[in-house]
Amino acid sequence: MSRTPRQQRARRLRTFRITVFVALGLFFLVPLISMAEYSTRVNGGGRSGAAWAALVTDPDLRSGILTSLELAVLTVVGMIVLLVPTMVWVRLRVPKAARTIEFLCLLPLTIPALVIVVGIAPVYAWVTYFLGNSALTLTFAYVVLVLPYSFRALDAGLSGIDVQTLSDAARSLGAGWFTVIARVIVPNIASALLSAAFISVALVLGEYTFASLLDFQNMQVVIDYLGKSNSQASVAASLAALIFGFLLLLLLTLVGRRRRGEPAVLAPTPQPGQEG
Amino acid sequence: MKTRARRLLPTLGLVPFLGYLTVFLFIPTIIIVVGAFTDHGRASLTNIQGLANPTVWQALKQSLILSASTAAIGAVFGSLLAYALVSGNPSGLARRAATSVCGVLAQFGGVMLAFAFIATLSYSGSLTDLLRDHAGIDIFGSGWLFALPGLILVYSYFQIPLMVIVFLPALDGIRVQWREAAENLGATTWQFWRHVGGPLLFPAFLGSALLLFANAFASYATAAALVSQGNPITPLYIRAALTSEIILGRQNLAYALALEMIVVVAIVMAAYALLVRRTSKWLS
Repeated sequence: MSRTPRQQRARRLRTFRITVFVALGLFFLVPLISMAEYSTRVNGGGRSGAAWAALVTDPDLRSGILTSLELAVLTVVGMIVLLVPTMVWVRLRVPKAARTIEFLCLLPLTIPALVIVVGIAPVYAWVTYFLGNSALTLTFAYVVLVLPYSFRALDAGLSGIDVQTLSDAARSLGAGWFTVIARVIVPNIASALLSAAFISVALVLGEYTFASLLDFQNMQVVIDYLGKSNSQASVAASLAALIFGFLLLLLLTLVGRRRRGEPAVLAPTPQPGQEG
Repeated sequence: MKTRARRLLPTLGLVPFLGYLTVFLFIPTIIIVVGAFTDHGRASLTNIQGLANPTVWQALKQSLILSASTAAIGAVFGSLLAYALVSGNPSGLARRAATSVCGVLAQFGGVMLAFAFIATLSYSGSLTDLLRDHAGIDIFGSGWLFALPGLILVYSYFQIPLMVIVFLPALDGIRVQWREAAENLGATTWQFWRHVGGPLLFPAFLGSALLLFANAFASYATAAALVSQGNPITPLYIRAALTSEIILGRQNLAYALALEMIVVVAIVMAAYALLVRRTSKWLS
């Protein structure tokens, strides 16, 4: 029995998909499986969870993980405090500045983090002079780092609601600007805020460039440093962090699934040519 | 007088945001540009001349090779993978999980990806051990993993996923109806891609490849964790210039190197912007 061209095409497509998934799947899976194998092996044979236990028992690793988690929380707070009022304000009172603000928010995508570090070192001399030499001061740099990604998520959320009407209604009932933003707008863009927060958390947990070159010990710096003495623990921590990041992003797609044709807020597609 | 003040008042609401960016983004950029042209407090071209040093030049060349090769690898394999994903169920769990994995590998990997390949292909890595014990193959060789070939391999591990993320939206734009229309007119698969799909997707493909290039060129963490000796690429040269204070007898070489990076990325992004503008003209 001969096949119709359409059936033939479906067959070819299936072969193509299987080939691609198997070949690239192997490329992506082998290193991850190797990490699991490498981090649990014992010299001379057998398996052990010692390297994984080090995630909580090793004092350096533990404090690095804690620092990164604290930084993640502080960055999310800083990002929200800086970005949400500004973006709402632009929509309500200075719509002329919308393109400029967008351009500025996406700017950190086109300036490599490494470059910002080189220039920010003198600024950080002042930051540590005023606030002390704490790793948590990295928050300032991280807010800039997460700006483009958070902006995209929040912009999508704000576009989905009628900011003007909501604020007019609230203000006609006597609400001040703070009430408008905190109690009227924010609850309406909860899922966008959640997306922005997730992306920021993931970015901060994976951040290495700023911390290592400004001499602060966050999780990634400790993982890198530990690699020289206990590479098994480094590999275990890396795998754990990758899995955590994956779960975070999977949750993110579930949160944002109601937005159709979601243009992947993760995609670094800056458009530096679109001056406002 | 009063009305003008009134009109300007709302703009004041932007002051905190602009002030923040000034301190943590604009001033650092200005410091780099000024620093690159300053030596011991005086205007000078010494640092810029330092860029002509053979080792600095070599690092830039290797950086460009690394960025171009991984952009090509990422663009080709990433678009194949994106097409394989797009031809399945668009809201299925498989696609959602795949894009999440791609997101993690593309943007949060950094140091962790270096350790993934150390666990796989270093001297006592899992794959190295496996091949040595069971097939008698020495895949470790003379330590290629920690030089440019290793960087190309490890960078591909985040470039392919990045391509999937940036190219998926373009692929989603190809309508089934176009395919069916072409088929009804008797076009073969090859003819469809040669005359319809290919030309439609080419600008997006090229634009994504440029983004990949900029992304690889700007990457630091993976290379820093993988290569602890020598400065094969520009970002690692910047590390050396930052941590050893004076390199090649120049105090501000790091600023000049950073400026060099800004210039390269700016050229690539300008090309990207041009491409996007041309594409959006006929897409909208």
